[in-house]
Amino acid sequence: MPDLRDLYQEVILEHSKAPRNFHELAHSNQKAEGFNPLCGDHFTVYVNVDGDSIQDIGFQGSGCAISKASASMMTQAVKGKSKAEAKGLFDTFHKLVTTGEANGDRDDLGKLAVFSGVSEFPVRVKCATLAWHTLQAALEGKQEKISTE
Amino acid sequence: MTTAAKIPSTESSSHPRSNSGGFDVEKIRRDFPILARDVRGKKLVYLDNAATSQKPRAVIDAITRYYEQENANIHRGVHFLSELATSKHDRARQAVRGFINAGDVKELIFVRGTTEAINLVAQTYGRVNVASGDEVLITAMEHHSNIVPWQILCDEKGAKLRVAPINDAGDLILDEFAKLLGPRTKIAAVAHVSNALGTVNPIREIVQLAHQKNIPVLVDGAQAVPHMKVDVQALDCDFYTLSSHKMFGPMGIGVLYGKAHLLEAMPPYQGGGDMISSVTFEKTTYNKLPFKFEAGTPDVAGAIGLGAAIAYLNAIGIDKIAKYEHEVVNYATEKLSALPGVRLIGTAKERAGVVSFVIENVHPHDVGTILDQEGIAIRTGHHCAQPIMQRFGIPATARASFAFYNTKDEVDALVNGIIKVQEVFA
Repeated sequence: MPDLRDLYQEVILEHSKAPRNFHELAHSNQKAEGFNPLCGDHFTVYVNVDGDSIQDIGFQGSGCAISKASASMMTQAVKGKSKAEAKGLFDTFHKLVTTGEANGDRDDLGKLAVFSGVSEFPVRVKCATLAWHTLQAALEGKQEKISTE
Repeated sequence: MTTAAKIPSTESSSHPRSNSGGFDVEKIRRDFPILARDVRGKKLVYLDNAATSQKPRAVIDAITRYYEQENANIHRGVHFLSELATSKHDRARQAVRGFINAGDVKELIFVRGTTEAINLVAQTYGRVNVASGDEVLITAMEHHSNIVPWQILCDEKGAKLRVAPINDAGDLILDEFAKLLGPRTKIAAVAHVSNALGTVNPIREIVQLAHQKNIPVLVDGAQAVPHMKVDVQALDCDFYTLSSHKMFGPMGIGVLYGKAHLLEAMPPYQGGGDMISSVTFEKTTYNKLPFKFEAGTPDVAGAIGLGAAIAYLNAIGIDKIAKYEHEVVNYATEKLSALPGVRLIGTAKERAGVVSFVIENVHPHDVGTILDQEGIAIRTGHHCAQPIMQRFGIPATARASFAFYNTKDEVDALVNGIIKVQEVFA
C-alpha cells in the first residue's frame, strides 16, 4: 500500500509552501504556459536562454502541492544547465515518477529523487511533470498552451 | 411472545441508528454490495454520488437476469423472447412515467443520459426555433453539458448565449434571470440542482416567469431525481432530463421528458431503424412518439436496470429518502463549517446532496489524495463547471456528495480525514 509520507515528503511540502524562483522573469526571452485541466493546475515558466544555456528561470501560477514543489525544485535543478542537460534530466525525472526507478541516473537527479513516491500515485504523475512539460515547451519556443490532457 | 433482548451494536458508532419513519440505513447499505468492500485497507466511504451512484443488488440482478434469461431485440420479433424483452422495455418506460409523473409514456425518450438529452433538444428543437439574433438563456451554475450544446447551437445559428448570474451563496438571482427573458429568448435551460454547489433552483417560479413570455424551459434534472420527488406536470417544465447512473441505475441510459406537442413538432435527432414507420428511397415517414427519437437498437438492459432502480426507490419511498438525506447533508454542512480553515463553496438557501469546500492553503487535489488513503472517495476539481470556479475565484473545490446510504459516521470519517489533511500540511 502506498504511504502518504512517500508522496508528501518534508522537502516537497516545504517547497510547496515557499516555492523558489516563484516570480516572473524580467528579462526572459522565452516562456510557456502549462495547464492541467483535470485539476486546474496552471503555471507559466519563464526562461532566459543564452545560446544553449539556461541562464535564469522563474515560474508563476497556482496548483497542488506536488505540481508547485516540482516546479520550484525544477527551477533550481536546471538553472545554469544546457538545454540538452535539462531535457536529459526531465527524461530521468519522468522515469522516476512513473516507475519509481531511475536506474543508474539517480545520482543526476539530486534532490529531485524525493519525487520517487509519486509513482505510487499514478493520477498525480501529471502534477509532478506539468512544469517540466511547460519548460520543454518554453525551450522549444512553442507558443500554444501546453495541456497535460 | 418474548421481548427481544437488546443486542449491543458490534460497530462503534457515536450516532444512534437512524430508524426514524422506518428508515433503516444499515439495512439499506446491505442492499448495495460495493459498500461492503474495503479500499486501501480501509472501509469504503463513498462520497462521490454526484459523479455516479452505487447500484443496489436489485438493479444488478435485473440486468444479469435480462442477459441470462431474457435477451432479444425488441419491437421486431414474433418470438417469445422478443415479446418478453419488448414488454419489459415498455414497463421500464412506464416506471419512469410514474416516477416523474409524466402525462404519457410517449413523452419519455430513452437516451444515453442527460448530456445526450440536452444535445437532442438543442439539435432538434433548437435548430428549428433558434435563428440569427435569437437568444438562449442559461444560468451561471450550469454543468458543461448544459452550456456547450447551446454554445454549439448559438455558434451555428449566430444566436447569443445569455447567462443569468448567481450570488455569493450560489443562489440564482431570480430578478436578473427574469430580466434576461427577452423578446429574442427562444429557450431557457436551467439545472434543477447544481452538481458543484448543491443549490436547488426554484423551478416552478422559473417556469412561470418564462411561460409569461411564452419561452419554453428545459430542466437538467440529473442531480435532482436521486434526492427529491420530481413531478414534471406540477413543475410545468417543457423538457426534463435525467441520467440513470446518478439515481442508482446503470450507466449508459437516461431519459428526456418533453411535452407531447413540442416533441411532435420537432424533427428527428438521429435516423435509423426503429424511428421510422416506412422507408423508400424517395421518402421516409417517421414513427410515432417516443420511437421517432429512438433510432437503432436501444439499451434494453439499461432501461430494465433503470426500471429496477425506480422500483427500489419507490419501495423505500422518495420522501423518506429526501428527509433522511437532508439530515445527513445538514450534519455534514454543520460539521465542515465548524472546522477552522475550511470554507464551504455554495451555501444556498436550499441545497441537495452536495457539500463543496476548500481548505485554506491546501489544493483540493491534495485533499482528494489524502482522503483516498483513508478509503474516502470524494471528487476534486472543477466538476465540469469551470464557470462556477471562475465565479468564486478558485481553481477547484473538494466535493463530498451524498446518497441515502451514507451515514453520519461517514461524515465523521470525512471530518477526521480533513483534520489529517490539515496535519500533513501544518
